Amino acid sequence: MFRPTRPVAAALLGAAVLTTVTACGAAPDNAAAGTVGAKASASAADFGGMQALVEAAEKEGELNVIALPPDWANYGEIIKAFEATYKIKVNSENPDAASADEIAAVKARKGQKRAPDVLDLGIAFARSGAAENLFAPYKVEAFDKIPAEQKDAQARWYNDYGGYVSIGCDAKRIKNCPQTFADLLKPEYKGKVALNGNPTKSGSAFGGVYAAALANKGTFGDIQPGIDYFAELKKRGNFIPVESTPATVEKGETPISIDWDYLNAGYADQFRGKGVDWKVAVPSDGVYAQYYSQAVNKQAPHPAAARLWMEFLYSTEGQNLWLKGYARPVLLPVMTAGGTADKSFVAKLPQVEGTPTFPSSAELDKAKAVLAEKWDKALS
Amino acid sequence: MSVTLPSSTRTAGGVRRRRRGPGSGLAVLPLLLFTGLCFGLPFGAVLYGAVTRTDATTGGSSLTGEHVRRSLQGPYLDSLAGSVQLSGLTAVIGSLAGLFIAQAVVTSRRQWLRSATLTASGVLANFGGVPLAFAFIATAGISGVLTQLADLDSLGWNLYSFTGLSVVYLYFLTPLMVLTIVPALDGLRPQWREAAQNTGASTWQYWRMVGLPVLAPSLLGGFVLLFGSAFAAHATAAALVGGSVPLVTLKIADALSGNVLVGQENVALALSLDMILIAGLVMAVYLPLQRRSARWLR
Repeated sequence: MFRPTRPVAAALLGAAVLTTVTACGAAPDNAAAGTVGAKASASAADFGGMQALVEAAEKEGELNVIALPPDWANYGEIIKAFEATYKIKVNSENPDAASADEIAAVKARKGQKRAPDVLDLGIAFARSGAAENLFAPYKVEAFDKIPAEQKDAQARWYNDYGGYVSIGCDAKRIKNCPQTFADLLKPEYKGKVALNGNPTKSGSAFGGVYAAALANKGTFGDIQPGIDYFAELKKRGNFIPVESTPATVEKGETPISIDWDYLNAGYADQFRGKGVDWKVAVPSDGVYAQYYSQAVNKQAPHPAAARLWMEFLYSTEGQNLWLKGYARPVLLPVMTAGGTADKSFVAKLPQVEGTPTFPSSAELDKAKAVLAEKWDKALS
Repeated sequence: MSVTLPSSTRTAGGVRRRRRGPGSGLAVLPLLLFTGLCFGLPFGAVLYGAVTRTDATTGGSSLTGEHVRRSLQGPYLDSLAGSVQLSGLTAVIGSLAGLFIAQAVVTSRRQWLRSATLTASGVLANFGGVPLAFAFIATAGISGVLTQLADLDSLGWNLYSFTGLSVVYLYFLTPLMVLTIVPALDGLRPQWREAAQNTGASTWQYWRMVGLPVLAPSLLGGFVLLFGSAFAAHATAAALVGGSVPLVTLKIADALSGNVLVGQENVALALSLDMILIAGLVMAVYLPLQRRSARWLR
């Protein structure tokens, strides 16, 4: 392969830096207000306030996002709202990608115009990405309101929205919809219970196993009871390994599906007109919540737009849009207290008792290692 | 994958193949370049990733056998075994079924049957992935049409199992075999059969001593092709059985592109390396045999 020799590379780099510097210098106003350049700015104040951030972002005019399915947590509407509010075009790439794909895209396209600007990651990938120094620290205006255990102290990532493991059920096909993990073991659910993927790959299926572990005397540090539970479910013939998708739900192939409550609640809306009466219950014996996290790519090709996107997501409007998609935004408790959360959306959320607790990083890693080792054997 | 295509117009004493001339080395250069670029480069990348480890903080990389070792133990080894088992079984069944269907088509005097079968095979052999999985879910899944009508449940049918997956794989493997073997069956000259009959051979003797030995390389070639197709298949299995039938392609996907396991990319590359080695072994059995009897079909 051809590689530019060192002097050439240096020259190219120099040219790039020069261009950036010139571009910054050309910014008409606020340039003097102690700006450090969009790439290094760690808050809206570094731009000289929100107005300046908006201007800088609109000047870039584009935002690259990745792995945001339009039918997931209302992302379709969020993207449209962002485009409508600001003069910025959102390029949505590979909506169905996984967290690992996002990290791979960041690494592979370092310095390219097509690199993703912002990332919506599973918590483990947010942590590992921060450790690998891939993210730019940036504090949105609401940063201080995010609970301490849900953010990185250096603001390289923070939780955005989450939900509970829930049991979706097609009430047209199932006489008594199951409410708990214990219910699912009953013989009447033979050949009916599915996860939305393989727990060694899908975050929500992993959450399902974790919740089942909690329902069966497991702890955050001990996921084994959850694996045993699914092995038992399979032995009784209740568990079907087919991945539940909107298609299998609609077809009735996965009449009971363990999934995030916001996805299950979304299905209920989606299928109401199609003869599927989809009910959602958060099992009281295995309450497990998990949040995804947002991060800004350190090498974002549109650094200002990326930061504006973050501000938008953590604004009251952005948080309510997630809420509208049945996801529980991280600022929901604060917004409920302050009266800014949209009450009609809150009322539609599946009912949950108690407040969620979260496994520590070490516990999560251990659970995953055990799962990767034991899941196949237990289920085959 | 190369399958010897016989040309039936050429007679036994026909054109002799030209000896290699001085210019032929140059002529093969584009092929070599292509192979180097499209196979060599990715292979190099896989090999490099499988035997090195990159330090997250410093970015430096060092040699390690850890990934390969991990790919050959525990659930990863199970998945390799599962894949070999599934591909081997489906390739054997698919080869035999394909052979019989092809023989029926070739000996049938109805031209329309032949073209219909070959056209259908061409379509079905390329029908795979998630659409195929969903087609089977809709017909033979738990609430599938066929399952409900024929009450397959009570007969012990379960689409989401090793057996179920084998049936789905055969759905595209058998037509692939038909396509592969028909030209070879066409290459069996009627004269050979007549000569055998004239010297007093029975049909069984003809097949045992003439037909099958001549067909053997094509059959084996078909088997290798089927094995490879099944071995590399991913999307269908992912949609159908998730993790409950251990398959190496699913494991690679889990490690490479998932929301759960972090930092497993190199193990995935080591698994790919294992796959290449297994495919290489299968090819190594086929190539010498193919050379030995391919000359009959020229």
